[in-house]
Amino acid sequence: MGAHNPDHSPVSGNDENAARIEITGLTKRYLTPKGEAFTAIENVSLTVEAGQFCAIVGPTGCGKSTTLAQVSGLEQPSGGSVSVGSQRVNGITKGVSYMFQSDSLFPWKSVLENVMVGPILLGTPKREATSLALDWLRRVGLSGFEDRYPHQLSGGMRKRVAMAAALINNPRILLMDEPFGALDVQTKAIMQTELLQLWEQFRPSVLFITHDLDEAVALSDRVVIMTSSPGSVKDIFDIDLPRPRGDVQEIRHEKRFLELQGQIWSSLKDEVTRAYERTAGAAA
Amino acid sequence: MTALSVDGAYVIAPDSEMQATARRARSRRTTWVWTGRVLALVFVIGGWQWFTAVGWVDKFFYGQPSGIWASLVHLFTVGTAFGTIWENLWITVEEAIYGFLLGTLLGVTVGILLGANRYLADVFGPYIKILNSIPRIVLGSIFIVAFGLGVFPKVLLAAVLVFFVVFFNAFQGVREVDQNLIANVRVLGASPLQVARHVTIPSAMTWIIASLHTAFGFAIIGALVAEVLGAQHGIGLIISQAQGTFDPDTVYAAMVIMAVVTLVAESAIALLERSVLKWRPPSRSEAQAI
Repeated sequence: MGAHNPDHSPVSGNDENAARIEITGLTKRYLTPKGEAFTAIENVSLTVEAGQFCAIVGPTGCGKSTTLAQVSGLEQPSGGSVSVGSQRVNGITKGVSYMFQSDSLFPWKSVLENVMVGPILLGTPKREATSLALDWLRRVGLSGFEDRYPHQLSGGMRKRVAMAAALINNPRILLMDEPFGALDVQTKAIMQTELLQLWEQFRPSVLFITHDLDEAVALSDRVVIMTSSPGSVKDIFDIDLPRPRGDVQEIRHEKRFLELQGQIWSSLKDEVTRAYERTAGAAA
Repeated sequence: MTALSVDGAYVIAPDSEMQATARRARSRRTTWVWTGRVLALVFVIGGWQWFTAVGWVDKFFYGQPSGIWASLVHLFTVGTAFGTIWENLWITVEEAIYGFLLGTLLGVTVGILLGANRYLADVFGPYIKILNSIPRIVLGSIFIVAFGLGVFPKVLLAAVLVFFVVFFNAFQGVREVDQNLIANVRVLGASPLQVARHVTIPSAMTWIIASLHTAFGFAIIGALVAEVLGAQHGIGLIISQAQGTFDPDTVYAAMVIMAVVTLVAESAIALLERSVLKWRPPSRSEAQAI
């Protein structure tokens, strides 16, 4: 994994199972502001092998984000468990990075400082963190933009900064919550290709939430379909498209891609329709 | 610029001509804005001078621009019974600055503390609301009774006025922090202290800096009012003496002096704002300029 600076990666990449995510019988219940109990996810079980790219697809409000929050340890499950490596998650999981749909960059930090945050938080000396960040900015093609502030960048460039910031600590697990949801179609395709290239170099385990079925099939090794309220796993598909996948735009036209996409869509369709009817009914 | 040529087709003007036209339009606009400003000033000041000169308005009660100018000249050349204008001005400004610093420091500290800690906010929230709703300017009387006629009670009153402005902004600023950013750094392993240093405080900074403009105005008000209530030096004392001798011109003159001081302080704060918040998109500060 870490060709550059492995001593600051929290877990050595050589340990095969350290990045394995095992979710068993995961249930999360919240109290709504009215005081009613609400089950966001119920009995979710799935496994992401070390270095696997796993997408979670499902209708709006099916608890995809909730699942990620349990894996990161930001929230504690109401039932069931999450294990990373062979350790049960209890408190913040080490070696995890998050990427959200919003850029979640620090608007008051320059591009360089944004990327540096990860190593700085781990106590890396400033000079070392700077050179590491410069290296990562070069990897994502943003050399020369170190001193800009996020508002001076385009949406795609901001995503690149976020990607560099998420990967700089060489995480064993990358949690992505609709990271490219807000981008236009062309930028999205470019970012997907770049993400795959970076991922193939460092191979963290990825949990990738998306609404976009094409995106899920094109990027992942495994696609998990979730049902809505309460969220639970409906189907799991293994994607046997060969790697490296190369250009995400091209792969969409391949025969095997279309087959898989069709199979998964027929599973997803019912869920989406049901969720839509429910919200439409609530609105009426 | 486009123009119809002889055969009826549009002719595209060269860039240089377009730029020249835009430049002419801009300078024409600037001229008009300044003409409007000067006219408005002449209308108000001239009208005031004219009305009092003719006798439609009694200058004994309402003062007169020429009289205000005369007392400004008097203040700066002759001075007052209790020292030169510069000594008095410096004392007032000093009180305002100390009050401003003290109030800001307390406001930021308490605001961030209460903003970040739900329990403390729930316990002290109602009391702060109550304290905020009492007319705090009256505290000036108590401070003067308790601490005498020196500088300290003025600093205290200015600080009290500043505190609440800064406190509410700092508190709100902390509450408005992007939760995704917090989640992000927590996942990266940030301790609570690091979360405050990297996320909460810089994010609240926008709100705090915005409040400083208002806060400095309040610091000046606090110092002046406390001086009017009882002092041995200061612009507030000049005002209360002038009131005692039925001299509205000197009251206005003191107001003019303090207005200049406040404007200078404002621009200093604007400079600070620009350097601290240089990461912000420019459109937002432009909107604030008005």
